[in-house]
Amino acid sequence: MGIMEKLKAKSRAKSPWVVHYDATSCNGCDIEVLACLTPVYDVERFGIVNVGNPKHADVFVVTGSVNEKSRKVIETIYNQMPEPKAVVAVGACACTGGIFKECYNVLGGIDKVLPVDVYVPGCCARPEAIIDGIYKAAGMLEDKAKKMKKVE
Amino acid sequence: MEMFLKIVLIVIFAPILGGFLDGIDRRISARMQNRLGPPLLQPFYDVIKLFGKESIAVNQTQIAYAFGHLVFAIAALVMLLLGQDLLMLIFILAFSGIFLIVGASSVNSPYSKIGAQREIMQMMAYEPIIVLMTVGVFLITKSFMVSSIFEFDKPLIYYMPLLFIAFLFVLTIKLRKSPFDFSTSHHGHQELIKGVTTEFSGTQLALIEMTHWYDLVLLLGMVSLFFAKPIWVGIIIALVAYFLEIVIDNISARVTWRWMLKLSWVFGLGAALTNIIWLYITLK
Repeated sequence: MGIMEKLKAKSRAKSPWVVHYDATSCNGCDIEVLACLTPVYDVERFGIVNVGNPKHADVFVVTGSVNEKSRKVIETIYNQMPEPKAVVAVGACACTGGIFKECYNVLGGIDKVLPVDVYVPGCCARPEAIIDGIYKAAGMLEDKAKKMKKVE
Repeated sequence: MEMFLKIVLIVIFAPILGGFLDGIDRRISARMQNRLGPPLLQPFYDVIKLFGKESIAVNQTQIAYAFGHLVFAIAALVMLLLGQDLLMLIFILAFSGIFLIVGASSVNSPYSKIGAQREIMQMMAYEPIIVLMTVGVFLITKSFMVSSIFEFDKPLIYYMPLLFIAFLFVLTIKLRKSPFDFSTSHHGHQELIKGVTTEFSGTQLALIEMTHWYDLVLLLGMVSLFFAKPIWVGIIIALVAYFLEIVIDNISARVTWRWMLKLSWVFGLGAALTNIIWLYITLK
């Protein structure tokens, strides 16, 4: 049925629920992520809600270059999220490891651990860029849902 | 046959009304916080999206508890709108709450279990007031049936104004609004991660959201019973009470269970008991 499929696709794009984790970040990008929730940027008008619970979330917003301890944590959070899910790597450290890339304990970015869908560069990334990234990730959820059905 | 048609219409249209009221709630709350807020249809987008998620079941009985929670809430609403027994309706509503508590207790997460215990505290806080309201209705109309409230000549609020104020406590707790929203909180807020609903996801969470919509329509219906004689006045009073709840939600902080019990038992139950004793004496 065309209408049901369209309605489901529209709802998926219009209601991306976010779980946010700081994987060994300096907290700069995390402050900008939380600033998106404030009245100045107001992400709730896009339907984005910061649920702290991976079981309820669609989009995983991660900041920080990863080390061995936070690697286990982001793997656990990612595994607990139900499909369809997307990962947004926010900040230079999350994309490539940033200025900490050469450190002995740093793995060098989220994509060394998880499949990242959207990279939001910046140090720290601006709230407008973060919102744009989450919006793009929400748009990808529909394609992921279609693939989810086909593999089953 | 006509009753069956009525039941089908209630089951289909009540959640649509409840979802719209929920959307209005989020929009007005956002405006009060100097933000724009989500579109009015946002709760529907949320629930449809949740139905499309993968099923993660922590144990085999969770979905049954989520369904039980929904079905008994629908039963209570149908009983109210068909003018049936008010006391029975309250027990069925309590049963719906118990399903959620047992469902949350059935998983091993500490957040879920503590959320379930807090939900029990909430039930302990509001159940006495709702039962006293039913006793008040019985003292005035000599019957427990909702239809007898419509047949009574005067609006009930003239006889039970203090019970109306006590019912506002019930409304705040049942609608999960601050200051009494600590077993699970509503969108965007977190309490014990998500308290009672932490381990529910996908379809189960969508069912719990829809139950919240049915509960919303049920509770606003009970508020409008206080002024049932032209029912449109009752509905306006219910909507004003809903707006008052949104205001209270935005201006207060969450309290602990001790404060909730103190406030609702001293002020809510105190007002209710005063009203019942006064009714008993004057209607003797």
